[in-house]
Amino acid sequence: MTELNLKLNKNTSGRYGEYGGQYIPETLMNELDRMTKAYEHYKNDPEFKTELHDLLVDYANRPSLLYYAERMTKDLGGAQIYLKREDLNHTGAHKINNVIGQALLAKHMGKTRLIAETGAGQHGVATATIAAYFGMECEIFMGKKDTDRQRLNVYRMELLGAKVHPVTSGSMVLKDAINAALQDWTKRVDDTFYLMGSATGPHPYPLMVRDFQSVISQESKVQLKEKTGKLPDMVVACVGGGSNAIGSFANYIDDPSVQLVGAEAAGKGVETELTAATVERGSDGIFHGMKSMFLQNKTGQINPVYSISAGLDYPGVGPEHAYLAKTGRAQYVGITDDEAVDAFEYIAKTEGIVAAIESCHAVAYVRKIAPKMRKDQIIVCTLSGRGDKDVASIAKYRGVDIDE
Amino acid sequence: MSKLTDAFKNQKAFIPFVAANDPDFEGTVNNVVALAKGGADIVELGIPFSDPIADGPVIQAADLRALKADPDLPMDTIFDMVKEIHQQTDVPLAFLTYLNIVFQYGYDAFTARCEELGIYGLVIPDMPLEERDELEPIAAKHHVDLIPLVTPISGDRIEKIAAAATGFIYVVSSLGVTGERSEFANGLADLVNRIRKVTDVPTAIGFGIHTPEQATEMAQIADGAIVGSACVNIVAEYGRQAPAKLTDYTKQMKAAVNAHPVR
Repeated sequence: MTELNLKLNKNTSGRYGEYGGQYIPETLMNELDRMTKAYEHYKNDPEFKTELHDLLVDYANRPSLLYYAERMTKDLGGAQIYLKREDLNHTGAHKINNVIGQALLAKHMGKTRLIAETGAGQHGVATATIAAYFGMECEIFMGKKDTDRQRLNVYRMELLGAKVHPVTSGSMVLKDAINAALQDWTKRVDDTFYLMGSATGPHPYPLMVRDFQSVISQESKVQLKEKTGKLPDMVVACVGGGSNAIGSFANYIDDPSVQLVGAEAAGKGVETELTAATVERGSDGIFHGMKSMFLQNKTGQINPVYSISAGLDYPGVGPEHAYLAKTGRAQYVGITDDEAVDAFEYIAKTEGIVAAIESCHAVAYVRKIAPKMRKDQIIVCTLSGRGDKDVASIAKYRGVDIDE
Repeated sequence: MSKLTDAFKNQKAFIPFVAANDPDFEGTVNNVVALAKGGADIVELGIPFSDPIADGPVIQAADLRALKADPDLPMDTIFDMVKEIHQQTDVPLAFLTYLNIVFQYGYDAFTARCEELGIYGLVIPDMPLEERDELEPIAAKHHVDLIPLVTPISGDRIEKIAAAATGFIYVVSSLGVTGERSEFANGLADLVNRIRKVTDVPTAIGFGIHTPEQATEMAQIADGAIVGSACVNIVAEYGRQAPAKLTDYTKQMKAAVNAHPVR
């Protein structure tokens, strides 16, 4: 594995067209500025880059496999399907890529305490893991509804030495966890680094998260070339805030022949109120430090959102995704709960892979589109995480009573 | 000269805050009129936002109450409240809200309505200096001041923020979110002195002030005091009976900001 290229993104302004920016209280501005400068410095620092590389290889188990899903390909009868197996990373999801990068930056900035928000718990677990590794204090903010539906991950974070705060304000899900984490940070910026989990929030987060997650497409591009000598025709990834998707897209954005597709959580349906399909249903707005697209009402109040997947349950999307959607470089499609659950069962039975319900939104889209493509065409689909955490809730969805 | 700057002339200013639509349309009008009657120099009217990241539990709860009563709460309803308020009092008003509310209405349309109805300033906690350019020229055209916030850790940003300020400058007393406190950051006097070296625009300290003693202390440092959560608590506790309590409280606090400290 070659070192991760942290300078793929030439645009370091924090703006993606009109999107992005730093719409955040004054209390945090100096700290964000310090973070931006530190990141710009360390991404050119050979020692930092070597440390990052070693951690990605020796701790996170990279590179992750690019796996040819032969049975799925045959069954669907169209495009060849390759799965980028982020589920095989240490901690079981792509989230580790980003937390290694940000925690390493925090360490170099002299920070001793990490805080983070989490939805499904994957980012919380990844943050707690890296905090344990670096011997840092760690506090995780998680909506009360999510702590209830992801009890296993709560316990896992505690096992790793983190303190988990169930957030009871607002709708008690991911966006409220972000509010609470930001509020905690305004009280204590000196020793604390807010390790944001998605490609969202104020600059420099969308840039850093994209850079650290771009390892996904840096690897897949090389791996596919080795296997087939070609570029993919399509890259598919699920989108909540959009970190695994932006990482999956990053190295292909300048290859116009590669179609980029983000699978959003449509919940009960894009046209219903029970949805989290931001790009399809949302509109431009300013929230959580960024100008981007959000699900909101006419006055500008942020809507409650819904998805079976706690990891996609977010009323916004990262600013670069808003830009890719607006310019037409990437397409965003809604996948319902039903379709995602069907895909969860399908990939388990067809390939023997229990993938995260979030990732199964991408798999569901592949099931729809692959049969319509030619057999010489190639899809790379990112499996962002493994699905052990979802088994109990899928059983419940199917009306099966199991003892946890 | 800015109507907000005028409010600081020859005296220390007391600036209370209540949230719009808490508990309802009529209650909001009565509460603001009551604050004016008590001697408020400026009233800050909060436009509720679903996710007020700079606010503590008390104001968050007020925003939620207001939005529960009317989940859509159109901006035009709040502008109607202002119209009603200004039929009863000419107290200068400023809005406190988050940028998305202004963005959705349209920067030009929003500030034009403000000018028309006598809203002289906007306090927008999630619009730092770096992002104010998209709104500032439009607001200036409509004579609406953008009230910046300065914090104890603004460091070398203090002078830049102060130099760009009009109306007044909101000095944040301590880190964290809004809400009652017993202690304030050290060095507030130094912070205010640094501002005064750059500009004549007056300063008002807010975040955590609730007792008359604190108001007196803060008004020794700055040109005025802002009180939010304590007023919102009165509204939450007394409901329909809140106006009389708000008038009494404002009288007390107004006297306190202009009192000499007892040592």
